[in-house]
Amino acid sequence: MSNDLLTMRHITKNFPGVRALNDVDFTLRSGEIHALMGENGAGKSTLIKVLTGVEDFEEGEVLVSWMDHPLINHSPQEAQKKGISTVYQEINLCPNLSVAENIFIGREPKKNGMIDWKKMNDCAKKLLKDLNLAHIDVTKSLEHYSVAIQQMVAIARAVDIESKILIFDEPTSSLDELETEKLFQIMRQLKNKGVGIIFITHFLEQVYQVCDRITVLRNGELVGEYLIKDLPRVQLVAKMLGKDFDDLAAIKKEGIEKRDRANQVPILSAKNVGHRGTIKPFDAEIFAGEVIGLTGLLGSGRSEMVRSIYGADRPDSGELSIKGKKKKISAPIDAMKAGMGFLPEDRKAEGIISDLSVRENINIALQTKRGMFRPLNQRERAEFTEKYIKLLQIKVANPDSPVKQLSGGNQQKVILARWLLTNPDFLILDEPTRGIDVGTKTEIQKLVLKLAEEGMTIMFISSEVDEMLRTVGRMYVLRDGELVGELTEDQMNENAVMAAIAGGEKDE
Amino acid sequence: MSKLFQKITRSQLFLPIVALILVLVFNVIKTPTFFKITIMNGTLYGFIIDIINRASELVILAIGMTVVVASSAGTDISVGSVAAVSAAIICYSLGPSQEAYKVPYLVGIFLGLMGGMLCGVWNGFLVAKMKIQPMVATLILFTAGRGIAQLICAGQIIHVEKVEYRLLGSFLPGVPLPTPVFVAILVIVITWAILRYTALGMYIQAVGINSKAGRLVGINSSAIIFLTYIYCGLCSGISGSIISSRIAACDANNIGLNYELDAILAVALGGNSLGGGKFSLAGSVIGAITIQALTTSLYAMQVTADQLPIYKAIVVVIIVAIQSTEFKKWFSNLKRKYAIKAEAAS
Amino acid sequence: MIKFFKDRIDEKTYLLLITILMFIVMYGAGMIIYADKGFAKPQMFFNLFINNAGLIVTAVGMTMVMITGGIDISVGSVVGLTCMMLAYMMEFMKIPAGLAMAIVLVYGILFGCVQGFLVAYLKIQPFIVTLAGMFFCRGLTAVINSEMINISNAVFLKIAQFKIYFPFLATLNKKGKLITPFIYPSVIIAFVVLILIYIMLKYTKFGRAIYAVGGNEQSALLMGLNVRATKMKTYIFNGFLATLGGILFCLNTCAGFVEQARGFEMEAIASSVIGGTLLSGGVGNVIGSLFGVLIKGTIESFITTQGTLSSWWTRIVISLLLAFFIVLQSIFASIKAKNK
Repeated sequence: MSNDLLTMRHITKNFPGVRALNDVDFTLRSGEIHALMGENGAGKSTLIKVLTGVEDFEEGEVLVSWMDHPLINHSPQEAQKKGISTVYQEINLCPNLSVAENIFIGREPKKNGMIDWKKMNDCAKKLLKDLNLAHIDVTKSLEHYSVAIQQMVAIARAVDIESKILIFDEPTSSLDELETEKLFQIMRQLKNKGVGIIFITHFLEQVYQVCDRITVLRNGELVGEYLIKDLPRVQLVAKMLGKDFDDLAAIKKEGIEKRDRANQVPILSAKNVGHRGTIKPFDAEIFAGEVIGLTGLLGSGRSEMVRSIYGADRPDSGELSIKGKKKKISAPIDAMKAGMGFLPEDRKAEGIISDLSVRENINIALQTKRGMFRPLNQRERAEFTEKYIKLLQIKVANPDSPVKQLSGGNQQKVILARWLLTNPDFLILDEPTRGIDVGTKTEIQKLVLKLAEEGMTIMFISSEVDEMLRTVGRMYVLRDGELVGELTEDQMNENAVMAAIAGGEKDE
Repeated sequence: MSKLFQKITRSQLFLPIVALILVLVFNVIKTPTFFKITIMNGTLYGFIIDIINRASELVILAIGMTVVVASSAGTDISVGSVAAVSAAIICYSLGPSQEAYKVPYLVGIFLGLMGGMLCGVWNGFLVAKMKIQPMVATLILFTAGRGIAQLICAGQIIHVEKVEYRLLGSFLPGVPLPTPVFVAILVIVITWAILRYTALGMYIQAVGINSKAGRLVGINSSAIIFLTYIYCGLCSGISGSIISSRIAACDANNIGLNYELDAILAVALGGNSLGGGKFSLAGSVIGAITIQALTTSLYAMQVTADQLPIYKAIVVVIIVAIQSTEFKKWFSNLKRKYAIKAEAAS
Repeated sequence: MIKFFKDRIDEKTYLLLITILMFIVMYGAGMIIYADKGFAKPQMFFNLFINNAGLIVTAVGMTMVMITGGIDISVGSVVGLTCMMLAYMMEFMKIPAGLAMAIVLVYGILFGCVQGFLVAYLKIQPFIVTLAGMFFCRGLTAVINSEMINISNAVFLKIAQFKIYFPFLATLNKKGKLITPFIYPSVIIAFVVLILIYIMLKYTKFGRAIYAVGGNEQSALLMGLNVRATKMKTYIFNGFLATLGGILFCLNTCAGFVEQARGFEMEAIASSVIGGTLLSGGVGNVIGSLFGVLIKGTIESFITTQGTLSSWWTRIVISLLLAFFIVLQSIFASIKAKNK
């Protein structure tokens, strides 16, 4: 087709041990907004990185309509010069510089060898006016403005570079509805000017609001390219999660029908707990011995919900009761003392303490729970480590070697061991099976069930629906930072779960 | 065989020990009598004894510095000045009289150490609570400390004339080894015991390596950092008291002068990363002794005290440059290139 | 009214305004309290500049480094070394004054190159690098000569003592003699440097890149700026300015000795911070630094005019002032973080 702006063909990219992209094709036409969808690890960010020169690729080629030879970028700057700009999720601007400077830095207008501030400010004002932001004082430093406006400034910069291709990498995650709407207006304006836009988001609703076409990736492979009208929301979720979806008719309505637990005291009950900007206030009741799942797409608030329960992000509203008693949890240690354990989503950044030994990594939580002045003695430490290495079949030659030398799966088991050792009543597992091999995955699932049988309460988060179905007895559904519903055991099947995750079908 | 060799060379203590041996060998070649120890008036004399004696203060400072570096990934550059503050407090409270101290000896020492700890509290407050970069925070006392010491001494050098005051910095009657060595050993043992018999050592390392993960397993990281700064202040105070006892006076301008660099150097030379996290006390102790050996040998080569820093500055830069990730990256690239070349050649 | 200011004045200007106001209040108080000791006389005011010309130049360099998010604690010993090098070259080697100054400036540039390389390319903490630099220069000073050298070079002394009068500010003293206030050339040089660097920071790409690097290094990189080169150049500038500051300092003292300018780095850092430069980088202004220097000078004048206070008080007060401003910055930062 003549209006193909960008064609990526047979792109293959390997990371050590992982094939991140396998023979992926992607086509962007001029004057369209094209959503790039996929769950974590699907390869969408790798594809963008390949396009913008952050990563190189082994096979395939990238063609753009305005150049007659294949395009290879070595850095984002180079990509920018060649007409491909990116607006990142985190704002990559300098908060200390003025709005105008942030738009023009590196290519400031000059007069007599000096920066022409007047011209720069005028140009910036004009540019922002085109984006309906005439009220912005371009001479003020950027940090004065809301994240939304900062995002707009980043867009203004990208627009002014006169890019032919614009990539929006989760630009709306920090915007409210009004701001998002404004962003969409701008995207449509750009589209009408013939710019090709790649839009990455985890908000499904927005895809249907603004996009023309969707490309879905899963596990580094292309699932397909679809026109927006050909792919209903539920099917999109099915494609993303890799499940064949029977038919729309199979969907049950997401009903909230609580099982009769009236005479049981919940082990944990949250009332109106919330954390500004990440999770809207929610109510939840969890009973002893149940495995409760939190489901929702990435960024739906599922991690944020458990973090606010555990005190990892101190909640700014609501109250928490444990076994019927009100508890104030302002730091993780309070939660631990109340009998909780928490395996965080990001193993590397928040889980393992990389340079400490396996032994220390296993013992540390029990140690802090006991207090600094009651150290575990040598025998206890060795015994506990030995016991859990055996129990969880952690593959480690020497428990005194640093935990960073272990494989991902074994590191995850070390963290599990760390919490099991504290003998918690209530264990939160946030994506315990992410990025680990299949064998270990099954082991962890089995372990969860066994622990629940022994009376432990477990909160389980996973992006994989079948894994959730196998392990949990009840599910909370989250969407867009809000707890929106609950699925009881008899309501839970793949289709229902996916429908619940997708949500909003009735609005269409 | 090669496995054993690898195990030895990979050990954290390998580099510091090699450095120490190098300095010692160099000295033996220059001065054949280097290892000779003689007995004079019931006390031991010799180069080695002198090095160990003089290294005591540095060993103590290096221990304090080690925990600070481990927990906060920054260094406390006020240690020398804080030592001067402690010395000033001790000398001022004991007084210049030949016959009797103004306050009992132990009270004087106690006050001095409290002064050191108070300085540590100030540094710890700025670093742990106000989240100010450690080196900027400690820069304040680095400059102001000597001024405070001067004020305590009213701008004079207070001489403590009572003979017993010198005991801490020289020899106890009937003991052949100098007293500072015992103090240093005591500090080492106490620190070791604290780290061994409480979980503090693990906490400090956890905070230094990954404070986010540390928080999630229930560690109060700012309290830990705060503690390490107080301990470092205490260590500075102890070395201040030894230094002032050596000269039986408080010279606010010169007590602990240039020690901050020596202490940082000792920590780095001991194989500890200045980026925080894992640490080895033994490494720092050996590092401190190595530095003192280096200092002594430089003195023997007619280098004056004023000129010493130039050599130490160069050593610091080399060690830190080798430790830096950029250098390691560059080095491993080089190694890979070499390996490819070797492969191609074969 | 308050809202008017709130809308127009950001935190940077706040800090700068506090500084300027503080200077005016302090100097005004001095004029009232020590009126009999000549505090109100124009010459007293000019002395503030004469005594601190070197510090102004050094603080300007420090400000540049601190805007990139770095710091340089070697400047004090660089100034000391400069004095020693000048004195030694002119007195013992009989090198003409002009050439000696040129050599010193070249040394400053080279020294800046080394420090810049270690910070920008090997990514070693600026503090460690410049701490080593501090000891290196102090040691080198002692290697050159351990005794004090007084400068007697005719040309040098001529420059040092060339008085530039301000006849229109002349006043009569008690005996009815006409006193004409004056400054030395060093003050002119300091102001020329101040203005040039001000223009550079405001109107050149390099100047703006310094701010961008300090604001957010990652962003600066993604926006296509060369972060390493910017940092490197900044340290080179700083090395040059530190030695130039040293020359001005030496014109004032006309001597070189090992302990010269000890603690000077603290004065430069304090001036910069008091003048509104943020330790976290990205924010700073050389005009503010000038007022920081003047505040430091005023405190010094207070303490010397008062007479009975030990000169150690200067250091303590400056350190406390620095501590106060650092804590203030930290509080500002945490409020800002909370509002987000």
